[in-house]
Amino acid sequence: MDFPSTQFVPSRMMGTYEPIHQIGMWGENFKSIGNPSISASVIVEVDNKLENESETASHEMPVPSCKHDQEASKPFDKIQRRLAQNREAARKSRLRKKAYVQQLESSRLKLIQLEKELEQAREQGLYIGRGLEAGHLGFSGVVNPGIAAFEMEYKHWMQVQNRQLGELRTALNAQISDIELRIVVENGMSHYFELFRMKSTVAKADVFYVMSGTWKTSAERFFSWIGGFRPSELLKVLVAQLDPLTDQQIFEVCNLKQSCQQAEDALSQGMEKLQETVSATLAAGQLGQGTYFPQVAMAMEKLEALVCFVNQADHLRQETLQQMSHILTTRQAARGLLALGEYIQRLQDLSTLWATHPREPA
Amino acid sequence: MDKVMRLATERGVVLFSKSSCCLCYAVKILFQELGVTPTIHEIDQDPEGREMERALMRLGCKAPVPAVFIGGKLVGSTNEVMSLHLGGGLIPLLRPYQALC
Repeated sequence: MDFPSTQFVPSRMMGTYEPIHQIGMWGENFKSIGNPSISASVIVEVDNKLENESETASHEMPVPSCKHDQEASKPFDKIQRRLAQNREAARKSRLRKKAYVQQLESSRLKLIQLEKELEQAREQGLYIGRGLEAGHLGFSGVVNPGIAAFEMEYKHWMQVQNRQLGELRTALNAQISDIELRIVVENGMSHYFELFRMKSTVAKADVFYVMSGTWKTSAERFFSWIGGFRPSELLKVLVAQLDPLTDQQIFEVCNLKQSCQQAEDALSQGMEKLQETVSATLAAGQLGQGTYFPQVAMAMEKLEALVCFVNQADHLRQETLQQMSHILTTRQAARGLLALGEYIQRLQDLSTLWATHPREPA
Repeated sequence: MDKVMRLATERGVVLFSKSSCCLCYAVKILFQELGVTPTIHEIDQDPEGREMERALMRLGCKAPVPAVFIGGKLVGSTNEVMSLHLGGGLIPLLRPYQALC
């Protein structure tokens, strides 16, 4: 309990009225007291206000100093002072405890996250650091269950993906029938569609999570467009791997690329419009006034549209895959899926290499 | 709803939209890129907007905007327009209404 150097004087004695300048020090609390005689009820009120005041600032404790009153008021005042001090001490102690508990809670969440990532890293061997580099360990302090569920599902999704790529490699090298190969291709396609479904679900839980691509590696995020790859970019990668294509196929792929590009441009411009809208809503009225909740609430309403854009972008990715599978033969589709999968693996390896590559000190 | 069907069949390419809807804006941009100027009805600025919204939803547009009609027939919302476009089916539908370059 620290006592300030200056002692203040509101006398608790009934019937006495302290000089204005001293009462003025207590500010608001005493504004309502116009009556020179301070009654008992006011004394109680002052006690309570003391308690409230002590929350926000260190307050001077009342100490009787008026000699005239000292004799009669000493025991009463001492008791009041002691009680006030106890209350303040208790309050400070409660606040300290609360802060400590909050710290413990957030540390606990961080620990859970770290353990999860360590386990993931161990299981994935070569992919240590994939999606989990120290740089991006951004804890918001609260773990969204939708996100936690997605990250677990994605881990499993990656494992199945790697297994399927192995199956594709084997199938292409072996002499299996087109029908059997078609099944492998369909599995691969369904697997991607499953990812889009997962993303749609987590987008409802936290669309910013999907937009940031947190679950992916840094190199993958580098290419991010509305929560994933640009379909036209993937087409470029694919087509280079698929020689020879018939003239008809080249024509159809060209059209697909162009339609894709146009759709992407439309969505990109829609996104820009959304940014403008949210920004304008947020900045409406005067900035610097302090009160802003209506603008923030309205901006949030506008932001809901972001979920639609993320869904549209994934829909575009899915449609692009579908159309390619219609244009290509089964064998070409299998090679295409394998090429796509390996391209993504290279991006992931690039991320790992980048993270572990020794750098020149700045 | 009569008004919606009347407006939908009045012109070759009709888009029901809301002025605040950014996804509608994206669809407008797409039509622009394809050389088509759709007739746009901003239902949030129409006094009968609520009814039009309900009518569009009854027709199957969950969103309810954007809602695209070509040649008087409902094409659908953003999903359907994008699928149609990537499948190569949108441009043939729009050909009669494309601006002469």
